[in-house]
Amino acid sequence: MNRLTRVTRTTAFKLSALYISVFTLISAFLLAYIYQNTNQLMSAQVTQTVDAEISGLADEYVRGGVRALVESIDRRARRPDASLYLLTDFAGNAIAGNIARLPSIILDETDGGIRRVQYARLEADGEVERQALVRIFELRGGFKLLVGRDLGDEQHFAELLGGAMRLWLVVIVIMSAVTWLFVSRRVMKRIDGIAETSRRIMHGDLSGRLPVAGNQDEFDRLATNLNDMLERIELLMRGMKDVTDNIAHDLKTPLTRMRSQVETALSEGKTEADLRAALDTTLHETDSLIRIFDALLRIARIEAMAPESGMEPVNISRLIESVAELYSPLLEDEGGALTVDADPDVRAICNGDLVTQTLVNLVENALKYGRLENEPLRLVMACHVDGDRVCVSVTDNGPGIPKSQQDRVKARFVRLDESRSEPGYGLGLSLVNAVARLHGGQLLLQDAGPGLTAQMDFKLAPVEENNEAEDSGNEGEAERS
Amino acid sequence: MLRILIIEDDAGASAYMAKGLSELGHVADQAADGEQGLELAQSSSYDVLIVDRMLPKRDGLSVIETLRQTGNHTPVLILSALGQVDDRVKGLKAGGDDYLPKPYAFTELQARVEALARRPKSGGDLETTYKVGDLVLDRLAHSCRRGDTDIPLQPREFKLLEYLMQHAGRVVTRTMLLENVWEYHFDPQTNVIDVHISRLRGKIDKGFATQLLHTIRGAGYTIREPSN
Repeated sequence: MNRLTRVTRTTAFKLSALYISVFTLISAFLLAYIYQNTNQLMSAQVTQTVDAEISGLADEYVRGGVRALVESIDRRARRPDASLYLLTDFAGNAIAGNIARLPSIILDETDGGIRRVQYARLEADGEVERQALVRIFELRGGFKLLVGRDLGDEQHFAELLGGAMRLWLVVIVIMSAVTWLFVSRRVMKRIDGIAETSRRIMHGDLSGRLPVAGNQDEFDRLATNLNDMLERIELLMRGMKDVTDNIAHDLKTPLTRMRSQVETALSEGKTEADLRAALDTTLHETDSLIRIFDALLRIARIEAMAPESGMEPVNISRLIESVAELYSPLLEDEGGALTVDADPDVRAICNGDLVTQTLVNLVENALKYGRLENEPLRLVMACHVDGDRVCVSVTDNGPGIPKSQQDRVKARFVRLDESRSEPGYGLGLSLVNAVARLHGGQLLLQDAGPGLTAQMDFKLAPVEENNEAEDSGNEGEAERS
Repeated sequence: MLRILIIEDDAGASAYMAKGLSELGHVADQAADGEQGLELAQSSSYDVLIVDRMLPKRDGLSVIETLRQTGNHTPVLILSALGQVDDRVKGLKAGGDDYLPKPYAFTELQARVEALARRPKSGGDLETTYKVGDLVLDRLAHSCRRGDTDIPLQPREFKLLEYLMQHAGRVVTRTMLLENVWEYHFDPQTNVIDVHISRLRGKIDKGFATQLLHTIRGAGYTIREPSN
């Protein structure tokens, strides 16, 4: 009982019931229509035959009188599958024909209409009650001629058809019920599967994923979408956890250092100069803490952004030129160079502010870590269209990053041992990677032999009128001379 | 001397600002919530308003919007713990003139407040030529002269000098330069601005008897008349 209500309450069952009833109704209507039409067609055929016979017999009477008519009727009545004939005189006595009995009033109706009657037919083995369609025709001299067509075959056919149709209807109903039950059971099974898995995921197993059958149906699409959603949730959760872990570890370390410095200054600082120096250090430590905090917040915020936010066509070549223009004097002063190798006026769908930020990060990273001893830093900022993507890269001629470490450095607070001596927090590439992911790609680090290439790609903006205002980038009015 | 109104609910931060500003010779009033701040701003005239974004009773942005709607165009510096670019944009859209994320160095606050107070009233045209000592910048002809010497400048150098001379005699910070000359909103970890300044200095000061462009340690730069 409980099971039954459970089944009847499912959407699958309701849908099945609805479909079966609608289908049955339509089938019944269709079959009735066919039956009706077939019947009509048969009646029309009978009428035609009867009319032809009457006009033939009437001609016979005109040409040869009653004798010829009677002969003709006798001849015709003897043929196999003969029509029905009855010729009566003015008193209503039968003169010729193959009909034994008729309701007598029929013969009075001589308006030429065709009607259905019960009659008894003369056969070899006596009288048989039959149905027929007849028409009565009045001849000159008071004779009445009745011609009809037995309906036995037609009736038989109609009965056959009706039976077949009823059977057909039953088969249809059963078949559709079976099909729908099968389909709904399958559907229910998959939905139950999804519900079951999501319940498990809800109970804390965030790494669980819905099963994908691989046949690309709507359930697969649903499962894939839900899986993508779970992926994102897991990523955000992990990001959150990372941030708290990082705060616990990497922010506590400088805080502890600061605390001990203040403590030392309080207990051992004798002169004002000592205290000043301690305060100065503390101030610097605070500044770097704030910087770390800002960077962490910014990364978390980028990771939580909706992919479309702030995305618009941006002249990315100009962004690159503008960053290059800001930094190239710095490199030139050291004997190095920053060159731009960009296709002109490439427009990409991106968040201009964030892309500028990442370009700056990559350049500053190269300035900090991309230098070999005794060799000036040479940076190349490139931007090329590749199909419908725009590849943007920054290449240095420094020591590069070992292949085994290339993925690791994208994580937060990861700094390679070689760079520990340089100031920094290990957040620059994490931010770049977060921005790259927001744009549907990721930060690619490659060996440039020698040096490092950091590459990310964006979607190429569709070509449109070039006179659109360039208001999205940071570079309001690029003044390139 | 500037008349400054500080609308900030953190009493400590407010007092710190007020003290610092009065030591510089300015007069600073304080309001602890949005309503009181709006009332004060409407009832007396100030040169600059310093408005915290998140305030009790009335949000900082709403205070600014109300002031602007009633035709009050006193320059506003928004202070906010939210330092993201989109927050900044929101603040400026509401009618703020500058945006300083917390925490900030006092020198940064000072430089920005003084820059705001000196801003030409909205709609008014800027001067077409700037003059500091014998250095002349013609904004229409896009030319620069010092004494009898023509100084050729790159477009960006021109913009940089223009901004410095617009605030002649006052300190401008590196962040202000990055924001106003390059229109970038981030905190560089390298001395990228210093390099541009030293190039500019090489053009306008090198070979001349007096130096006009000065570095203010721990704060930024200033361009000023030789003080003799």
